[in-house]
Amino acid sequence: MDDLLAEFLTETAESLAELDTALIRLERQPDDGATLSQIFRLVHTIKGTCGFLGLTRLERVAHAAENVLGRFRDGALAPTPAAITVVLAAIDRIKVILAGLEATESEPAGDDSALIADLNAVMEGRLPGGVEDSGQPAETSPVSDIAPARQEPSAAAPSEPADEAGAAVAEVAAAAGSSSASAETTAPAEVSVAAQTIRVSVEVLEHLMTLVSELVLARNQLLQLARTQENSPFAVPLQRLSHITSDLQEGVMKTRMQPIGNAWNKLPRLVRDLARETGKKIELVMLGADTELDRQVLEFIKDPLTHMVRNSADHGLEKPEERRAAGKPETGRITLNAYHEGGHIIIEVSDDGRGLNTKRIAEKAIALGLATEAEIAGLSEQAIQQFIFRPGFSTAAQVTAVSGRGVGMDVVKTNIEKIGGTIDLRSRAGLGTTITIKIPLTLAIVSALIVEAAGERFAIPQISVVELVRAGGTSETRIERIDRTPVLRLRDRLLPLVRLSTLLHLEGEPQSLDSEAFVVVTKVGTQSFGLIVDRVFDTEEIVVKPVAPILRDITLFSGNTILGDGSVIMILDPNGIARAVGLAASGGAERATMTDLQAAGSEEGSKTTLLLFRAGGTEQKAVPLGLVARLEEIETDRIERAGGRMLVQYRGQLMPLVALGDGLETAGAERRPVLVFSDRGRSVGLVVDEILDVVEDRIDVQLVCDRPGIVGSAVIAGRATEVIDTAHWLRCAFDDWFHLDANRGSDRRARLLVVDDSAFFRQMVAPVLTAAGYEVTAVDTAEAALKLRDQGRVFDAIISDIEMPGLDGFAFARAIRSGPAWSDLPLIALTGRVSEADMARGREAGFTDYIAKFDRDALVAGIGQALAAREVVEAN
Amino acid sequence: MATAELERQGTSAGVTPSRGTGADQARDVFVTLTVGGQLCGIPVLVVRDVLGPQLITRIPLAPREVAGSLNLRGRIVTAIDLRTRLGLERADPRRAMSVVVEHQGELYSLLVDQVGEVLHLDPELREENPPTLDATWRGLSKGVFRLSGQLVVVLDVAAILAI
Repeated sequence: MDDLLAEFLTETAESLAELDTALIRLERQPDDGATLSQIFRLVHTIKGTCGFLGLTRLERVAHAAENVLGRFRDGALAPTPAAITVVLAAIDRIKVILAGLEATESEPAGDDSALIADLNAVMEGRLPGGVEDSGQPAETSPVSDIAPARQEPSAAAPSEPADEAGAAVAEVAAAAGSSSASAETTAPAEVSVAAQTIRVSVEVLEHLMTLVSELVLARNQLLQLARTQENSPFAVPLQRLSHITSDLQEGVMKTRMQPIGNAWNKLPRLVRDLARETGKKIELVMLGADTELDRQVLEFIKDPLTHMVRNSADHGLEKPEERRAAGKPETGRITLNAYHEGGHIIIEVSDDGRGLNTKRIAEKAIALGLATEAEIAGLSEQAIQQFIFRPGFSTAAQVTAVSGRGVGMDVVKTNIEKIGGTIDLRSRAGLGTTITIKIPLTLAIVSALIVEAAGERFAIPQISVVELVRAGGTSETRIERIDRTPVLRLRDRLLPLVRLSTLLHLEGEPQSLDSEAFVVVTKVGTQSFGLIVDRVFDTEEIVVKPVAPILRDITLFSGNTILGDGSVIMILDPNGIARAVGLAASGGAERATMTDLQAAGSEEGSKTTLLLFRAGGTEQKAVPLGLVARLEEIETDRIERAGGRMLVQYRGQLMPLVALGDGLETAGAERRPVLVFSDRGRSVGLVVDEILDVVEDRIDVQLVCDRPGIVGSAVIAGRATEVIDTAHWLRCAFDDWFHLDANRGSDRRARLLVVDDSAFFRQMVAPVLTAAGYEVTAVDTAEAALKLRDQGRVFDAIISDIEMPGLDGFAFARAIRSGPAWSDLPLIALTGRVSEADMARGREAGFTDYIAKFDRDALVAGIGQALAAREVVEAN
Repeated sequence: MATAELERQGTSAGVTPSRGTGADQARDVFVTLTVGGQLCGIPVLVVRDVLGPQLITRIPLAPREVAGSLNLRGRIVTAIDLRTRLGLERADPRRAMSVVVEHQGELYSLLVDQVGEVLHLDPELREENPPTLDATWRGLSKGVFRLSGQLVVVLDVAAILAI
């Protein structure tokens, strides 16, 4: 390519990037004279150079744009958003032509007359066709009584990304995409700074960096040699060499450092366009734009960042009317925040939008076959959210031009992890989403801990090492085992352990638990685990080199390096290890809490998530999934028998098993599904024949059954289904299951009234409460309950549903509080929905307590408390 | 460290003088080596180095054929045990010699029993693999040269590295 042309392309590309930012600044502050002059000058320069190089098409577009800008500058024309849009369109056209120019070295053919006509129209004070005229912005905004300039979704940037302060360093960034070697540049505003910079091709810098890395390694080798020789005449010069090398390394690193704002400078424009396209109002806040990091890292995170911001704007933030309805300010806010933290850079991308839709993610995960419904049911909300990092995952119902094409967060995660970073996601429904990225300052040299396992040395990046614990030998700490799994008590928590030599299939004597070992406590995302190693050496600064292609499949290594002594060492990848041991597969192995499940199930009114299974006979059976703590598979040959009971070792405890349906005698060594119910630290397993499905359905028990253990039959998922009475089966395992804390010190059985329109819940709750030692009367409507009151029935407490046909729970509560007979009874709301607002409303209506359906513990405890409180009142 | 750098055109001692220096001729020049008693040849154009026994770091979880990695003047080279690759018993890394080859910009060291000489082999002496040759060998060989005293199996470096 012609040198002149190459230089023109480089320079123009830079100017255009500046122009984008400056124009948006102008839109926000139409009277900013300095910005206006800057814009005018930039376009003017482009036009002038085009003419010089004989690029007529470019020149015509630039000329028309310059005319409009000239009118802005002279104050003859107000830079309204509509006018700015036309100018931005012209700049986009210039970019297109430039791209063609770069590819073919000649201007691509094309017709710009329509654009030029638009520009001329704007210059003459008329807004062109396609852009509505009225002095109002062209935006389809519902509110129009705000000043035009403010109405535009603007990109507020407290620290301007491409501002002149960063210009000196920014030169290097700009050179990244160019082929030009070195040419003096003049940054527009700060001539004094810009004049002292030269442009160096990135290739030269990369080469320098490689050389310095090698030099550091050679220096380390020399130092190691010198250490073995006393009084070496080389000692002093070597020391000096060492210092110089360190300085040189630092210096070269500095040349590669750039403010992160360079990766952000395209975002204001992106957000502005998105806001227009989607009809949203978006404010982009950028904090810490001058935080510096390595150029290479910057390149890596540019695309992920853009993608995340795009996601926030497109999916995260709601439309103005939705936001208004949700009681939020109309303008959504996306915040980018970058800061240093101990050798790392933390970048947060947060929005105050609607948050992730966990339910939809779960549905999508099932649809894509990433997890079964049963698995999903066992996951916490946060764990479900992690599915968005899986390949091909996009929950956007509609694929927009902007995002939602299913190439997204998985690529983001991969890219971040590729450079040794970590990504974390927090989302709260209605409040927004925050994605936090932690990346190393530089990729070239990382600090690593050298450990030994089975006689081989490995490096662990310091970034993921939390602490080192010495165990066994003379140390007080020791490694314990549950079954065959080693664990460590660490500050009152159990830390899962992985023996490195086992993980890597290294042969060697299996160490006894008492022999000395070291545990490297490692943190990946929110998960911690310990790596058991035989020895721990120093930390070393290492230069990470990628492994050979034939070794890329081994996910436990992130690279390899040469140590000071010249030997090659593999670098362990904590992310890969976490995946290999199943810790990070779902972003968190912790099971969903009861409340999560209820939150998930409550949105569908009285529909309940049910686990369908088969146990004895062919008919399907059902149990509310919310009552099941876990689903397990247990090998039948692991089942032990003691005192006529079946037991199995489970998570370090003995868990009684109850066979529902067919006995286990006939079975050989096979795996049987087990529904685990947990309560107060104890677990019971119900052995069934087959797990069929998890469905969400309304339960209407139509045939009440006398058989013990079955509540009755209902039609679920189109089939007659027996709904099992969990209470019965649990009592089979622990006679006292429900008697642990009921009815202390009371001779008389307290009388409870249960009001619930759902036959199923009456069937579920009544046995539970009966088992807990109460006398239970159940009715299906509030009206029926009030009739009992009028009949003069006496109860000690009332438990009522909220959503009921006829009188709802609130009205029922008010009726009771106003009436004479039951006005001072404890009144407990039993509901699928537990939110602060609901609770407040419930208390106002007269409810004493608010308890989630299925939360048997809370229910029993709540009743106990309510009755106790009443006794105290009565005693006084 | 017994490091013997080879000239690209292969004019070290013990080599049959090549008839020319052009690229065409270079294509017919091979570095010979023995693996499990069999004489083999590797095109000299892909050979970067010949090394004596090296300190090799084992790589856990790597394919069986990967002996480990070694440090060649600051570059990390993956060592492939040619014996294992050819279905023979594992080589003794303390005694094996290495032929360092370049493949798609990466360096690999092939562990062999012995490195021989650099030979110019007459293309007319080349024959296809005998169809009865063991499948492993057949997949890694690009033909056989009939020399007066012995046969030289031409190794297909790309195929060897396709593990």
